[in-house]
Parts: sequence; structure tokens; C-alpha cells
Amino acid sequence: MYIITEGGPKALDLNFTKEVSKRSGEDIQACYQCQKCASGCPIAEYGEIDTNQVLRMIQFGLKDELLKSKAIWVCVGCETCGARCPNGIRIAAVMDALREMAIEEGVAPGEKDIYLFHQCFLDSVKSLGRTHEGSMLMKYKLKSGHLLEDVGVGIKMFLKGKLALFPHSVPSKTEVRRIFDWAKNKKSGN
Amino acid sequence: MKLAYYPGCSLEATAKEFDSSVRAVSKALDIELVEIPEWTCCGATSAHATNHKLSIGLPALTIKQIQNLGLDCVVPCSACFNRLKTTEYQMIHDAEIRQEMEKVLNFKYDGQPRVYDLLAYFVEKIGIKNISQKVQKPLKGLKIACYYGCLSVRPGHITEIDSTENPMQMDNLLKALGATPINWSYKVDCCGAGHSVSKPAMVTNLSGNILAKAREAGADAVVNSCPLCQTNLEMRRPQGEDIPVFFFTELMGLALGLPEAGNWWSKHLVDPSKVANAIQAG
Ligand code: SF4
Ligand code: SF4
Repeated sequence: MYIITEGGPKALDLNFTKEVSKRSGEDIQACYQCQKCASGCPIAEYGEIDTNQVLRMIQFGLKDELLKSKAIWVCVGCETCGARCPNGIRIAAVMDALREMAIEEGVAPGEKDIYLFHQCFLDSVKSLGRTHEGSMLMKYKLKSGHLLEDVGVGIKMFLKGKLALFPHSVPSKTEVRRIFDWAKNKKSGN
Repeated sequence: MKLAYYPGCSLEATAKEFDSSVRAVSKALDIELVEIPEWTCCGATSAHATNHKLSIGLPALTIKQIQNLGLDCVVPCSACFNRLKTTEYQMIHDAEIRQEMEKVLNFKYDGQPRVYDLLAYFVEKIGIKNISQKVQKPLKGLKIACYYGCLSVRPGHITEIDSTENPMQMDNLLKALGATPINWSYKVDCCGAGHSVSKPAMVTNLSGNILAKAREAGADAVVNSCPLCQTNLEMRRPQGEDIPVFFFTELMGLALGLPEAGNWWSKHLVDPSKVANAIQAG
């Protein structure tokens, strides 16, 4: 089957539809485009595709367009959409699945800084077992180039004792590493 | 009464005043909090936004630790609560996930739910009546906007909250402490959550809007139960916005007449001491 897009006719990838349904555990075909999800979505104006359109595009099998979109990255996972969907579709879980697929397929994230932040956060958890906000933020700033943003607020937080100087590392981090290794392996589990 | 306590990473850093007020208030309510030894990070937004297995695996490790303690566990941070409760739910309802986690973490899950949101635990298990009997200094004259945000509320089948659109737990508790909760429409709107660092302008819009609506509705202060919301509402606000934001446990501490309460205000990025002192004086 083909669909006419702005860029011309395009073959539908219906495996993609199945894969997203399976990963998210949500019945994507149940969406009938009432737009209730989109009208309550707090970040609607920051992505280029509305929430209900994401569902439609999955039904159509428009994989590339979705995986490289900004919309899947700016979603904050607030679950407002799912709480209001008359068909009980948890779109936040669908967005999680789309992001995970984008990462696995090496698609450049539509919002580079957001993905970079997640990576810095998880690196901190992986090496210490807990997040160390100070070193995590420093790493993010160096890598993102947003060096001067929030400097004033950072100093204020530090003076208030809200940014710990040294990381707190826990012995159970060996188990944490085991979980990271297991999570990296796509084949085991679901 | 003994309860396991999972503070979470934010309460060790940006939300220290939440941690100290939780501990002080619990003590005043004759609750002994047993901090889970060697608790680890729940993975927060970053794990579930990028890797499904990680988002289950990291909290599962804490669930194993809670089971070892054999106590009910209270979680003050809404984000941690949401991740732990989601994982608990999945391990109870999905045999495949449970077996996988048992294998990876080398333990046997007994299937008993033990994870509670601290606010819900206070309201439902300790009871508003029991708490109000300990009030020394009622929060008279204080008009507050109770802000619940997302993660202590949604999805409803996980959080088991009274309502996902108009929850009342915090309102009822604060009312029993003598305050006047106002009616407003933004109590479950999102503050921008985990995008605070990577999308500051967007989060400033979202958080600023919530504060403006609270002020318009006549609130003297906003009360909340999440360290992420607290940071966003204090740090990501438009210039000139000065409405203070409290953790609900801080106002409990004030109402219970705890001497520690005075130590918390200096930790805030937006000074709440004027409002706090007015209550104490009144
Ligand atoms: S609320 Fe549900 S049914 Fe309506 S458009 Fe959104 S996903 Fe589709
Ligand atoms: S979970 Fe994502 S898509 Fe749904 S309402 Fe929240 S931000 Fe919008």
C-alpha cells in the first residue's frame, strides 16, 4: 500500500505499526482521531506533530517521519493524553516505544539536547548507583555547549548546600551495572 | 510504627528540605522511618524515556531491597513513586516480567504490594483525623493552591489516586491543618518535568503558567509533593513572580509546631519565610 505524502508517494511500513503496538502494549488501531489527547497535551506547541497525528502516522506506517521527529522527544511523559483517551490508549507508553526504536536504529534524535541529558543522567546512575546532580550537569553542559546557561542559579544552589560536592556511591552499584548490562541486550526478555 | 523509607536522589541534593521535613514530621507522628540501606536510583524519566528494560530493572532492585526489609515503603518523590509503583504493578500482573527480574536480580518476589506515595500514606493509613489531633499551630488565614502535578496522579490504575482530574488528598489534609485550599484548574497540569535542563524556555512557560493561575485564584502560596515540580516552580519562573512554593510536609511541620521548621526556609530558591512567619505569628 502507498500513501501520498508531501514528498510524493510512499510505501507503508505495516511492520512498524505492529512493532509499536507490541512494544508499547497499546492498541493503536483503536484510535479514532477524536483529538482529546492533543487538546490536553502541554507540549503540543513545541513539537511539529500533534499527539493524535502520531497515532495516525503509526497506523499508516510512517516510520521514518516519526522516528526522526521532535515530537517524540519533547513529550514529557505526563500521561495526560492517556488519562483522557476514550479508548484507553496510553500514548506516553507509545512515545516511549518510539524513542526506544529511534535509539536502537541509530536515528539522529529530533531534539539532541534532550537525548544528551538522558544519557548524562543514566551514565551517572550507572557509575555511582545514584545520580550526582553536580557532575551530571557539568557533563551535560560540556557536551551540549550550553556552558553559561543557569550559572547563577547553579551557584545559588551550591551555596544553599543543594548540590553535593562529592558523589555518593553505593556498594549495590555492582547490581546496578548488572541491570544496565541486561538492559543493553535486546534479545533477552521483552 | 516502622516504615521503610526511599528518599531518592533529589532528596539528597536539590530537595534537602523535603527530606528533613519528611523525617521530622514522621517522627512527630510516631513513625520510625528505616532508610533502605544502599537504595539505588529509580532511573527516573531518563530510563523510561529511552530504555524499557532499564525502566523496570532499576526500580526492581529497590523492590528487592524493600522486600528484604519486610516493611511497607513510603516514597516522598512523585517521580520515584511512579517508577517504583509501575514496576511493582508490572511484577504483580505480568509473570514474564516478574520471572525475568527474579532471574536478573537473583531473588524470589512475594507479590505483596508495599510501595506507597508518602502523601497518600499519611492521608489513608495514618488518617487525617489522627494527624489533625496533633496540630499545635493551625495554618489559619493561609490560602493555598494544592498542586499535584503528573506523576503522583497518572496513570490512575498505577497510582490508585482518588481522581486523576481533581484529586483532593492534599486539599483535605491541608484543610485539616487549618489552611484554606482554593479551587483552581491547574492542580494536575504538567510543570515541564524532566526537561528543565534541556528545554528551559519551555519549562519556564509551563511552570510560570501554573504559578500565575494559582496567584490569580487568590492563593498566598503553592503546596506540592514533588522535588522535580518544586525545582521547576522555583527555578523556572518568569522574572518578578514571587509566590512561594512549599512541600506539604513543611506546612505539616509548621502546623505540628515543630521547631525544625525554621531551618527549611533558607533552602528555598524563592524565600517563603514571609508567608511562613505570618502563619506562625497569626
Ligand atoms: S484521545 Fe485516544 S482515540 Fe482520541 S485521538 Fe487521542 S489516541 Fe486517538
Ligand atoms: S504524555 Fe506526552 S503526548 Fe501525552 S500529554 Fe503528556 S506530553 Fe503530551
